[in-house]
Amino acid sequence: MTDPKRDHHDHGHEHAHDHGHSELGEMDLRVRALESVLTQKGYVDPAALDALIDTYQTRIGPRNGARVVARAWTDASFMAWLRSDATAAIASLGYSGRQGEHMQAVENTPGTHNMVVCTLCSCYPWPVLGLPPTWYKSAPYRSRAVRDPRGVLAEFGVELPQQTQVRVWDSTAELRYLVIPQRPAGTEGLDEDALAALVTRDSMIGTGLALAPAQAAR
Amino acid sequence: MSYSSHADLGGQAGHGPIVAEAEGDSFHAPWEPRALALTLAMGATGAWNLDMGRSARETLPDYAQLSYFEIWIAALQKLMQERGIVQPEEIAAAHALSKGPVLPRVLAAGDVAGVLARGAPTHRPTTAPAAFAVGDVVRTRSAPMPHHTRLPGYLRGKRGVIERAHGMHVFADAHAQGLGEQPQWLYTVVFDGAELWGEPASSGVKVSFDAWEPYLEAAP
Repeated sequence: MTDPKRDHHDHGHEHAHDHGHSELGEMDLRVRALESVLTQKGYVDPAALDALIDTYQTRIGPRNGARVVARAWTDASFMAWLRSDATAAIASLGYSGRQGEHMQAVENTPGTHNMVVCTLCSCYPWPVLGLPPTWYKSAPYRSRAVRDPRGVLAEFGVELPQQTQVRVWDSTAELRYLVIPQRPAGTEGLDEDALAALVTRDSMIGTGLALAPAQAAR
Repeated sequence: MSYSSHADLGGQAGHGPIVAEAEGDSFHAPWEPRALALTLAMGATGAWNLDMGRSARETLPDYAQLSYFEIWIAALQKLMQERGIVQPEEIAAAHALSKGPVLPRVLAAGDVAGVLARGAPTHRPTTAPAAFAVGDVVRTRSAPMPHHTRLPGYLRGKRGVIERAHGMHVFADAHAQGLGEQPQWLYTVVFDGAELWGEPASSGVKVSFDAWEPYLEAAP
């Protein structure tokens, strides 16, 4: 099943290793050249580029989504708001905008497990999860998530009960989906911060489950 | 007119295993954050729209050979070259050699937070009645589409059920072609795994996508 030729294309971090430093250098030079030319022509402000990078490296990431989930687990009225208008409920915690303009929360239950994909590109709810991981943007996940979701889940180490339905959401328009994982057992006494620490990025894509307190302590 | 997307991967076999990645590993080479920022900053100029950007990426002939940020940079160059914003000789020289067209906006550092927080909502006021209601059975169109579309190949000619109506949204197919927004009703349509794949492995699986009304016809 593994085709080495395709394989390296699908994983950016292996890409550089396969080709040595020359290709890394080539892309580095090309992007620097583009930035120089666009700056000289007045189309980009280098300080704006720095602000964009800082935003996605330090401000916007999956800890935002984890806060949303922890609030949903502890506050029934917030969960109800998420169900009826996820965009507004999520914005009330300060997360809104680009690639999350129209949000929908999808709730895992004992009967249904939700999983999100974008088979056509890499649509992903940036305000709550940040930038997508490489595998989310790559051919192996995009091709198989809709055809064999249980097999994909097994690859992530997730085994669901046989009677649990799997629902796959292909993000083809501008709706962005946030999975609300099931709250783990034995977390009744935990506060929102402690609960948020159990909520992994993958559990909000649907390729993982929220951690049990013992797993998070490791 | 021929149009070929290399990005329509749903249901394909043979792409190998999924490689896990730790949280926070967003970038894998020093140029990748700059590539992201350049793409977002040039997108913010208004020289093209989101759907034109997606169309430029999916039609790159070497799409399958490129990493994701390489795809972004190749598409960015294509979009700029088509509009006379940057010429290949300028990139080779790493220096501006000509004056380009005036673009609608330039993203200033002070505007980054506001622009990202606003985003670009696609919901539009309702100007036409919805052709379908929740619970209706529909069939997706199977005719070839010689232009950018968000109807994946694996979902063509399939029977599904309208699960939710989302109001009218900018129609990606028209918007990508420079034909304006032409808002259309958008629905979540859900399919049984067996309808899509006919395999025992698909039992207990449902797949949904978000479909603009022109992708659908009634299936009594």
